[in-house]
Amino acid sequence: MIEFNNVTKKYSVGTQALKGVSMQIEDGEFCFLVGPSGSGKSTIIKLITGELKPTSGSVHVNGYSLERIRKREIPYLRRTVGVVFQDFRLIDNMTVYDNVAFAMRVVGAKNQEIKDRVPYVLDLVGLETKSRRHPSELSGGEQQRLAIARALVNNPSTIIADEPTGNLDPARSFEIMTLLQEINNLGTTMLVVTHEKDLVEQFTNRVITINDGLISSDRMDGHYEYENQ
Amino acid sequence: MKINNLGYLLKEGFRGIFLHGFMSFAAIFVTVACLLIVGSFSVLMYNVNIMVEELNQTNEVMVYIDETLSESDARSIGTKINLIENVQMSTFKNREQALEEFIADHQGDEAFNGVEAEDLRHRFVVTLMDNSQMEKTVAEINQIEGVAKITAAYELAEGFSTLQKILQIVSIIVIAGLLVVSLVIISNTVKISVYDRRDEIAIMKMVGATNGFIRLPFVVEGFSLGMLGASIAFGLEWLLYDVLVKQIETMDSLQMFQFVPFQQLLIPMIATFAATGFFVGVLGSWSSIRKFMNV
Repeated sequence: MIEFNNVTKKYSVGTQALKGVSMQIEDGEFCFLVGPSGSGKSTIIKLITGELKPTSGSVHVNGYSLERIRKREIPYLRRTVGVVFQDFRLIDNMTVYDNVAFAMRVVGAKNQEIKDRVPYVLDLVGLETKSRRHPSELSGGEQQRLAIARALVNNPSTIIADEPTGNLDPARSFEIMTLLQEINNLGTTMLVVTHEKDLVEQFTNRVITINDGLISSDRMDGHYEYENQ
Repeated sequence: MKINNLGYLLKEGFRGIFLHGFMSFAAIFVTVACLLIVGSFSVLMYNVNIMVEELNQTNEVMVYIDETLSESDARSIGTKINLIENVQMSTFKNREQALEEFIADHQGDEAFNGVEAEDLRHRFVVTLMDNSQMEKTVAEINQIEGVAKITAAYELAEGFSTLQKILQIVSIIVIAGLLVVSLVIISNTVKISVYDRRDEIAIMKMVGATNGFIRLPFVVEGFSLGMLGASIAFGLEWLLYDVLVKQIETMDSLQMFQFVPFQQLLIPMIATFAATGFFVGVLGSWSSIRKFMNV
């Protein structure tokens, strides 16, 4: 569960990124986070992953209180939150298989667990036949699937996707969003940050709109609001 | 740290060495060069110190005995001299022996032709264990009844001990300086290696790798570079030392220099080189990765 209570965040340069955000995303929920550039979306993600601490208010993520989390607890928080980025962030000198296995190795998984889990996850994202390829040999959509597989492999309870379709054409974007929806159907909480109005409206999920550091709307009908204001 | 990760972490550490082949070569080369200079300087200083010590030992104190005492009375004073703590050895010379030496020293000088044994005193040639205590020991010898006069080269003794102190300080400064240089260079090499893999580190942080897990391969890399450099430097040092000492021994004009065999320096040298390799490698990599960990 992700819970923000009256959270503010002021950067040292003086920018007030969040001005009192309160929201709650339940376990197993699929939620879009939309809003214009500079509205505070990235700050929310960084607060969830423990990269930033709130200036005031409280943030709870999967049982961790982020306003008072210890530095050495952050890796364990991050194991509960898989992150997918717009620019994929894959390691090109590793194969598809190794990119996914790497994420398991660095959290100390056993070899047998890796051998069992990686093919399963690659199958889930539709890359089972391309495990020996390198990321540069894949299309954009496939690279994003690989990034999703990596985010998924440690079985996090939450996945945060930051503009996951920003680099993809509409057809590939729809495929990725469908994949995220399928993963959500298996029980993973999903928070997707996006700009793509059409895409959001094709999925009837909760949409939280953030504007100038404040939540301007929180609707359950898949309605995308900030462009209408 | 789980055992099944250890193999992976070690493998990653060694992979780093080959992945950054040129920088690894540079780091090893620099460590070898620095340690060779440090090592050569240390063994040189060690030998010079021993030579100075030996030279200092030749600085003797001459104790003259009252001329009214008979030879046997004069000889008996030797026992009292030997009882003094800092005295290593005393050798008695009677008037006749003193005259022989006097004549030998002043051969061809007619002014001393008329000198006879009776004009000279019985004497002891005293060597001390620690010449820096010369003044105090001379004062103690002076207390002994029957001692008429003592001559001792205090300035020379002081000069030697000052020289030893200067050599020690210079060695420490030079060695410390060279170690710092090695540390900076190895640390920079690892820094480049870390910078090269910053994306990998960011991904590791993102998926929840602990700092220890991220750090270990880099520390293994630094450790291996340091130890490899130290081993090569040690081998070269030994070889160079033996070749040089053999060369010096064959030269007549350099016979006065006596070098200790390398085997005698083996344990301190191994300890110094290994410790340096270890600290330079591990500390260098540890410090260089710190700033990349705050993601």
